[in-house]
Amino acid sequence: MSAHSAPGTELAVETHGLVKRFGDNTAVDGVDLSIARGGIYGVLGPNGAGKTTVIRMLATLLRPDGGQARVLGHDVFAEAGAIRERIALTGQFASLDEDLTGIENLVLLGRLLGFSGRAARRRGMDLMEAFGLSEAAGRQVKKYSGGMRRRLDIAGSLLVTPELIFLDEPTTGVDPRSRNQVWDIIRTLVDGGTTVLLTTQYLEEADQLADRLAVIDHGKVIAEGTPGRLKAQVGSGALKVRVADPADRERAAGLMGSALGADVIREPDAAALTARLSEGQAAGPVLAALEGAGVEVETFALGQPSLDEVFLALTGRPAEPEQGEGEEGTVPEAGSGGTGAAGAAAGAAGAAAAGDAGADARSTDEDAGRARGAVQAAAASATVSARAAGENGGEGR
Amino acid sequence: MTAQTAMRETGSAGIRGVLLPREERPSPSNPLSASLTYGWRALLKIKHIPEQLFDVTVFPIMMTVMMTYVFGGSIGAAVSDAQMGGDAVGAYVQWLIPGVFAQTLVMITMYTGLTLNRDISKGIFDRFRSLPVWRPAQLVGALLGDQVRFTLAGVIILVVGFIMGFRPEGGVTGVLAAFVLLLVFSFCLSWVWTSVALLMRTEQAAMGVSMFILMPLTFVSNIFAPTETMPGPIRAFAEFNPVSTVVGCIRELMAGTFDLGSITMVLVYCAVLVVVFGPISMVIYNRKS
Repeated sequence: MSAHSAPGTELAVETHGLVKRFGDNTAVDGVDLSIARGGIYGVLGPNGAGKTTVIRMLATLLRPDGGQARVLGHDVFAEAGAIRERIALTGQFASLDEDLTGIENLVLLGRLLGFSGRAARRRGMDLMEAFGLSEAAGRQVKKYSGGMRRRLDIAGSLLVTPELIFLDEPTTGVDPRSRNQVWDIIRTLVDGGTTVLLTTQYLEEADQLADRLAVIDHGKVIAEGTPGRLKAQVGSGALKVRVADPADRERAAGLMGSALGADVIREPDAAALTARLSEGQAAGPVLAALEGAGVEVETFALGQPSLDEVFLALTGRPAEPEQGEGEEGTVPEAGSGGTGAAGAAAGAAGAAAAGDAGADARSTDEDAGRARGAVQAAAASATVSARAAGENGGEGR
Repeated sequence: MTAQTAMRETGSAGIRGVLLPREERPSPSNPLSASLTYGWRALLKIKHIPEQLFDVTVFPIMMTVMMTYVFGGSIGAAVSDAQMGGDAVGAYVQWLIPGVFAQTLVMITMYTGLTLNRDISKGIFDRFRSLPVWRPAQLVGALLGDQVRFTLAGVIILVVGFIMGFRPEGGVTGVLAAFVLLLVFSFCLSWVWTSVALLMRTEQAAMGVSMFILMPLTFVSNIFAPTETMPGPIRAFAEFNPVSTVVGCIRELMAGTFDLGSITMVLVYCAVLVVVFGPISMVIYNRKS
């Protein structure tokens, strides 16, 4: 079932400078997208990045404040009706009536889509069967598990097969088994000729499903391409080494650094080290150097950078997967988190130091000992946090 | 059956099997059938959550009994030749029941808006709005479903009234005519509450605004006492109040008088309410994010 495209409408979605403001907050700030028909297109970003707002504009639910958007060749504002006939939407919060039973939900949507009462019921039951929900057909949706809701929700989008389906965070808050089922469903849909546009804050999901993806942050597309290409932007891969004895780590770090000529990152795990390889660089010399120096190595792994690392490199901060939060209206101040923690830790160190001085003056050995311990702990955590903040702020921006 | 089970187990094959080819898609439902379908949804909700009928069962009984016995002894004497006290209560029942009937239905139209305010914040409305059907059907359907609630409330009031001694001279025909007219008015008035509910961010705010409008509308009227007994400005408001017109018309119909003029006046109010608040509701609804 290949997509029959009208002349000049090869693209499923095409936007130019799309803007949406909520009061002072610019939720979507000049987004350009061109999404070809067929396949899965992922929109990846943390909470509050503007993913849902983009989807809602494309699904004709929200009027853009600026820019143009065409969906399946139609303008989202002027030709909303034509778009609605050919799309389906599964929202971030299950787009179902919780008070109704599963089958009643499908019959309701089926009748609205033009089936007669009986045909809507038959169609609904067929879908429930295919989605493994027939036993729950007569149960109120509020009694469904998260995974069942998601499946019913997607079934509700397939009463008539859409040309383009929007899935807004289809696996947020779903257990791993149901997540795999949802992924299977999505892949099957694509095989059937439907274009899928999904948003996710799970890097793994984008990596697993999407043929292409756009990374969105603060309402802007900060990167676009195939998952592989995005990973390549960060470097060809990462070398992870874990030494058997944490005491050897510093020595190993020195050897790695000189063998690769690259910065070596000390992981929170006291025995682990990571180094980024540049394009085409071999990791072999590192292993030889470590062996030659008699450092016992527990793990020596060469992997593609994860999308987590991609995100860190692109935005200067890690992706924060917070579950189940609405994203409109509030843009969390994510960038300042690390610095704040470092500041607080430094403050704690200062306070402990003052305590230390006081204890010395009273010359109670016990107190002094305890206070010194506190200083060391606080200072250590300050260093760690400060380094984390430095890394977050240093790269990419 | 075994084949179906197998299909379900393989998952993707089963799903591929239920994908509907484009040629077999029906054309989306028309405005009327879409409205009726949304109305069916409202009825299903009553079926699944019968508690939500509390406001149309207990509230009307309370209003009817309370108002009659609290005010009947004194106001009854003013609206008839009866002496204050027991006789006056009997006379007041004849005067008050059509009024309380209208007041209660007018007041419970407010819940239409409150339900909508709650409903619209849920994900299902995003889906409704993305469907290729006439958008006002979502609101029209909700209001159609409410007609069932209004009817139930109305029947309860009239039965309680009958038990308390209400004997309308217009008989069954007059009462039915009054009932239909009041349902039409309630449907049209509900558009005010859909506008309020869509405009307000929370249910509490919608309730506050609705009550602020409803209290003067129902109390500063001819429902409880004849407007002639009220001082100047209040009397002017009460006589201008559309609710007074509706109540006057309902009293006439229940008493067996058929006055084309007052019925026309009520229908004009109905038309104005829909023409003004229907589009306002839809504009806010379409812009709602």
